[in-house]
Amino acid sequence: MALALIIALPLLGTFLSLMTDRFGRSWCASATAIAPAIALALLLQHLPAVLDGNTLLFQQEWLPAIGLNFSLRLDGLGFMFALMILGIGLLVILYATYYLGKEEHVGRFFAFLLLFMGAMLGVVLAENLLLMMFFWELTSLSSFLLIGFWSGSSDARKGARMALTVTGGGGLALLAGVLLIGHIVGSFELTQVLASGELITNHALYPVALILVLLGVFTKSAQFPFHFWLPQAMAAPTPVSAYLHSATMVKAGVFLLARLYPAMAASDWWFYIVSLTGLTTLLVGATLALFQHDLKGLLAYSTISHLGLITLLFGLDTQLSTVAAVFHILNHATFKASLFMAAGIIDHETGSRDMRRIAGLWRYMPHTAVLAMVAASAMGGVPLLNGFLSKEMFFNETLNQGLLGSFNWLIPAAATLAGIFSVAYSLRFIHDVFFNGEPVDLPKYPPHEPPRYMKIPVEVLVLLCLVVGIFPGYTVGPLLAAGASATLGGELPYYSLAIWHGFNLALMMSFVALAGGVLVYACREPLFRWYNGMPEADAKAIFERGNQVLEKVAAAVTRRLETGSLQRYIALMLLSALVLVAVALTPIKSLQGPVPLSPIDGLTALGLGILCLTAVLTVFFHRNRLKALMTLSTVGLIVSLLFARYSAPDLALTQISVEVVTIILLVLALFFMPDRTPAESSSLRGLRDFTLAGGAGIAVALLAFAVMTRPYEHIGEYFLQNAVSGGGGHNVVNVILVDFRGFDTLGEITVLAIAGIGIYALLLGLHLPHPLTDPKGKPWSTDSHPMILDNVARVLLPLALLISAFIFLRGHNLPGGGFIAGLITAIALILQYVAHGVEWTQRRLSVSYHSITGAGVLIAALTGVGSFVFGNEFLTSAFGHFHIPLIGEIELATALFFDLGVYLAVVGATLLILSNIGHVSQDESSREVL
Amino acid sequence: MEILFSVTLGILVASGVYLLMRARIYPVVMGLTLISYAVNLFLFAMGRLNTGTPAVIGKSAEYGDPVPQALVLTAIVIGFAMTAFVVVLSLRALGELRSDHVDGEEPRE
Repeated sequence: MALALIIALPLLGTFLSLMTDRFGRSWCASATAIAPAIALALLLQHLPAVLDGNTLLFQQEWLPAIGLNFSLRLDGLGFMFALMILGIGLLVILYATYYLGKEEHVGRFFAFLLLFMGAMLGVVLAENLLLMMFFWELTSLSSFLLIGFWSGSSDARKGARMALTVTGGGGLALLAGVLLIGHIVGSFELTQVLASGELITNHALYPVALILVLLGVFTKSAQFPFHFWLPQAMAAPTPVSAYLHSATMVKAGVFLLARLYPAMAASDWWFYIVSLTGLTTLLVGATLALFQHDLKGLLAYSTISHLGLITLLFGLDTQLSTVAAVFHILNHATFKASLFMAAGIIDHETGSRDMRRIAGLWRYMPHTAVLAMVAASAMGGVPLLNGFLSKEMFFNETLNQGLLGSFNWLIPAAATLAGIFSVAYSLRFIHDVFFNGEPVDLPKYPPHEPPRYMKIPVEVLVLLCLVVGIFPGYTVGPLLAAGASATLGGELPYYSLAIWHGFNLALMMSFVALAGGVLVYACREPLFRWYNGMPEADAKAIFERGNQVLEKVAAAVTRRLETGSLQRYIALMLLSALVLVAVALTPIKSLQGPVPLSPIDGLTALGLGILCLTAVLTVFFHRNRLKALMTLSTVGLIVSLLFARYSAPDLALTQISVEVVTIILLVLALFFMPDRTPAESSSLRGLRDFTLAGGAGIAVALLAFAVMTRPYEHIGEYFLQNAVSGGGGHNVVNVILVDFRGFDTLGEITVLAIAGIGIYALLLGLHLPHPLTDPKGKPWSTDSHPMILDNVARVLLPLALLISAFIFLRGHNLPGGGFIAGLITAIALILQYVAHGVEWTQRRLSVSYHSITGAGVLIAALTGVGSFVFGNEFLTSAFGHFHIPLIGEIELATALFFDLGVYLAVVGATLLILSNIGHVSQDESSREVL
Repeated sequence: MEILFSVTLGILVASGVYLLMRARIYPVVMGLTLISYAVNLFLFAMGRLNTGTPAVIGKSAEYGDPVPQALVLTAIVIGFAMTAFVVVLSLRALGELRSDHVDGEEPRE
């Protein structure tokens, strides 16, 4: 549990930072530091156990079905990283308090920082690989926010985007790799994965998995050729660089190399890819670092080169090299974080990072100068400092490896060359900045020492460089042993952390590097001239160009697909649907199934014939809309007759009442719309539409025929047998609606209500041009409410309501029910609107249809909830026989209440729709449509 | 009978689809209405065509499949709500854009 807290605390701390922002900077910083400080204390609690070589596990199931568990692991390696993340994180918080400008959002900055910290802790403490992936992606996202913190600057935005693109892309590859590992091992838990090294390396998919994982590692750790994002990320505030590029973000990649070392390393693939990539990165980074004029640029390329060194160490085939790699991870974090902080101080105090302008700062800020010089010497590998120790181990291991056969000497030679450049750029950092004459044209002059507390983090880190460098065995020894043995997953090889190992070849290489570095720095002028003559490769420009090309291609593709023509989209969709149906139906052997056809019955055939004829006529007349509407209504009538013919009285009743409201609706709409459709389709388009329509028709006809002639098993039997005993009703269709599938019906009346409210909202404030004449120029009839209709409507209303009540009450046992009764009531009321006009009707019928609709849905839902009271499940109905005086024995079911809800919802929604369309015509003139 | 019924369904669908692809809203709405008739009939026909077998217990010797009927009953009502929604949406579009073309603007010549 404490493990989970270590990750959770920084994540929770984000809120604290955001909330304390308003109380001023020092409060905010102190509040921010609380969470990591507690987490650090929790972590240190486990120090003795971890140093004893124990592994702490925390297990919590999350999604066991896909192998994702919230399981955490604390061993030497994880402990070492968590210590760096929290320790350096705390120092960065202190540093950033003084670094950020007065007007910047400190709270937001600290929140991002803590988010990132939590994500990193998640990566290094995860036991489940999928969980680790989750945090891995979170580091990419939160580092995007941190790098782009100064979102006003274009460089920051571009740098952040590039970092996200590269590391995010690598993250995808890594995810694929992790999934493959899970597939091979059968589990994502590290304990199992680390124990299955042999299984993994012998699997046929191993090379694929390895390359995918390495893609994730190399992009995150800025290995050549993916190194270009790191220098661009220098647009971030310097505390971010100090944190991301020393101890955390870029170290996540090499962390993964260490983590998966026992599982994946034992193969030639690993050794060659990892070592050669590391070697190239080491050389490229070291060389380019010398030529940077930007202080942070120099440190960025130096970071790349050191990451290359660590990667190379992981790729060498000796066990001791892995120990050296883990050691260098620690050392690099300390000296690089302090160097970034020093660079930030210099930038802060001089207003510039250009080494051609900064010079002679020794006189202005001696304290900072001493700190920076010690740290830079550690970076260059000067004896008595921590960088020297791990570099010495590195040189030694390049000599002990046997990777390249007769070309073995290449690796130590290249290592020495990189060492030379590393000394040279470290020297340049010291000499160019602190000596080398007087500063040139500084934005802030004269520079002076920074605030006292801004230097403390640097001092702490530099002190660590010194102490580790002089007394390695007493300080870092146990931690390194724990980290390295967790990496190797077993016994440690023998090594000694002493400063002095006697005169050996590795020491010679160190001296060559030191002397060579001084020499290279001495002849820097011709080297710079040579470098300036080289063709420039600006990663940012290339990346941006790539982006633009991609955007153009995407835009072109979108333009081709998205023409803005709805007709085209529909045609494409129909075509795809047709192709899918055709492909799916091809395997059918015979169209006609074994069920014999039913005999043709003359009357029904006539009905079907009329149906076909009216449908075709609707198309034929479609330019003359009123005519088409008339034929369309005939189609609806015949459809309801068909339902009646084929034993579905409920459907027939519903269809005929819906038919009435639909036609009223369409007539209303027609009042506002042009009466005629202009002929504008080209004949080619007409042919296309004709073909598609024919295809769709044929497909549906064949499908229907094929299904209807085949026998089938249906679940209807269940409902038929249980309707009376379980639902208390004889009309099975109604019992299904209000009882068995009551939840569906509840959903459906909700949709109906939403449609009604949506229509109401759409019609609010709508003004439509009001035709005063019909399309032929004749004025509308002045007798808008004919007397006969008026009188008939008055008489009809009570009769219709009576029928509606009758249909409603008998619905449970005979055709009828809430839907049909609701529609009949709605029609009766609409008739009043038509006969007397909207104003007249509303004066007499002053109810809000919104409330009726809402009440309907509520009643239905409450009926369902009511069954909870009786300890039953949602929408369980109860029924019983009651004796009522005068009326006699009667059967009542709670489903009746539900049906009442349906009834009210249907009435409300239908009237809400139709009366509001009628209102539109009321807005602009006194003439009424209804 | 099944052949005639299928052919009728096909013609309904073909007419509906043809209208669906017209350029003005009103024919499109009519096309949608035709298609929803066809779809309802199609779903209903999945319970097979039986005469004289209403699903009311005690009213006949055999009963048709009540499930497609219940399904289609709600589909009819929802279909009305959807048609109404499309009609009002197009009225609103007509009010805002002064055009009843499906693309929201008169075609450019």
